[in-house]
Amino acid sequence: MRLVEVRHLTKAFARPRGWLRRPDETTVVDDVSFDIDEGETLGLVGESGSGKTTTGRCILRLIEPTSGEVRFKGEDVRAFAPARLRAARREMQIVFQDPYSSLNPRMRVDAIVAEPLVIHGIGDRSGREARVAELLQLVGLEPSMARRYPRDFSGGQRQRIAIARALALNPSFLIADEPVSSLDMTVQAQVMQLLMDLRQRLKLTCLFIAHDLRLVETVCTRLAVMYRGRIVEMGPTAAVFGSAKHAYTQALLSAIPVPDPTAKHTRITFEEASVNRTAPLRLMGENHWAAV
Amino acid sequence: MADPLLDVSDLSIGFACGAVTTPVVHGISFNVGAGETVGLVGESGSGKSLTALALLGLVRPPGRILGGRVQFRGRDLLALSEEELRTIRGADIALVFQEPMTALNPVFTVGDQIAETLVVHGRADWPAARARAIELLDAVRIPDPSRRAHDYPHQLSGGQLQRVLIAMALSCRPSLLIADEPTTALDVRIQADILDLLRDMRAQFGLSLLLITHDLGVVAGMADRVAVMQAGRIVEQAPAKTLFASPQHSYTRELLASIPGDGGTR
Repeated sequence: MRLVEVRHLTKAFARPRGWLRRPDETTVVDDVSFDIDEGETLGLVGESGSGKTTTGRCILRLIEPTSGEVRFKGEDVRAFAPARLRAARREMQIVFQDPYSSLNPRMRVDAIVAEPLVIHGIGDRSGREARVAELLQLVGLEPSMARRYPRDFSGGQRQRIAIARALALNPSFLIADEPVSSLDMTVQAQVMQLLMDLRQRLKLTCLFIAHDLRLVETVCTRLAVMYRGRIVEMGPTAAVFGSAKHAYTQALLSAIPVPDPTAKHTRITFEEASVNRTAPLRLMGENHWAAV
Repeated sequence: MADPLLDVSDLSIGFACGAVTTPVVHGISFNVGAGETVGLVGESGSGKSLTALALLGLVRPPGRILGGRVQFRGRDLLALSEEELRTIRGADIALVFQEPMTALNPVFTVGDQIAETLVVHGRADWPAARARAIELLDAVRIPDPSRRAHDYPHQLSGGQLQRVLIAMALSCRPSLLIADEPTTALDVRIQADILDLLRDMRAQFGLSLLLITHDLGVVAGMADRVAVMQAGRIVEQAPAKTLFASPQHSYTRELLASIPGDGGTR
């Protein structure tokens, strides 16, 4: 079943008129369409400025899209009135990139993790306390740490707290926006393992946003590659890695550093002028699309 | 092997807090031969960047060198005066920092900032240094270098700024380049471009390179030898091929295992 449907999503940021400057617009997300099936993890990859984060935020309406359609369980998210949107967010949660700025430094961990429950009026005090303990355990933290502040935790532990908060309302859909890119390699591996375990145990559907292709390779069933606001290639992970069709995807893959000193690497460079920016996605193989 | 270009032995660095000095780098030893590339690998807090600063006499209070020797071309850098160090720093040993966005002065043009290095080290007067800066920008493959030299840092992308820093580092033709996480803040394609550039420059200038990074993938394609740091100690040191083929220390194995994806299979 389709859980999330995104159609022709577009977001343009306007720059207001300034001194000697006419107002203008930058299209950051440009006619993006994709589906996410229930239980699936879709990887959204691209370099900085490609529009992947904006796409994720537009789905949750943390940023209002300029045009296009977002459907969650068949319902039009953009048509939701504020109250309905808030209710919908119980089911759609997000883990942000930077655990140093996504947690309020003046709130204790128990208050951070319980905040979604308070906002949605779930449980009484003792019920919430028990739920916080349960959530902290779920993400591999000691419930006894609940009375501390974010500053007492390392980056990896903070990201675990952010994950606990995102899971507090039992969402069915989780957006993970570069959840490990600010962490050390060994900590990255631990947090990725946690996310994969939780996805399985809680039957989560995920949109995994990352710039590191190596990360998405192991966790995503399908990939969408974004370049300058558009999806240029989309397909099963193995197909995209094994036989990339778009020149940009090929260049990205060839730039991945290979941890093997004996490997001969050949770079494929990407000339922007060589591709048609507005080419539509065409079917290249089973469920494998590329804008060529 | 003849005497190495850089020979670090038993280097300890600590931070003073009141009467207590806490060591953070514990007696590390490694060397870099002429024309050789050594990768210094570790996670945040392992002491790798502090080690780089120590090599250039840039550890500032409350940081303090607690002991050891840093021999460069047979001279002990730790025993030199600030004035003597200044003739070596930026001239014979150059450093490329991690954050290209913050490493440059925003109010001077990139051309002038490259030229300044040459003028400070008495290699050229301003007109000659400015002309040389343009040549260097060309060498690091910045398109249209004579125009770009007049740009301010904010007009360049992160990858281009890193190229400017490399041009600046190479301006006085150093024999040793220390690159501290030179590609960490960059997108993967730009990272590969900068690594290609470093490889080229290494060959062209006959550089020795000390490459400091947390990414074993980056080291694999660049380094002849690798030293792995953990909590202020070098826990393993080996030729790159040996280290990747048969890591001995458990921490090295953990680092290798934490590289995402299925790595070398492509």
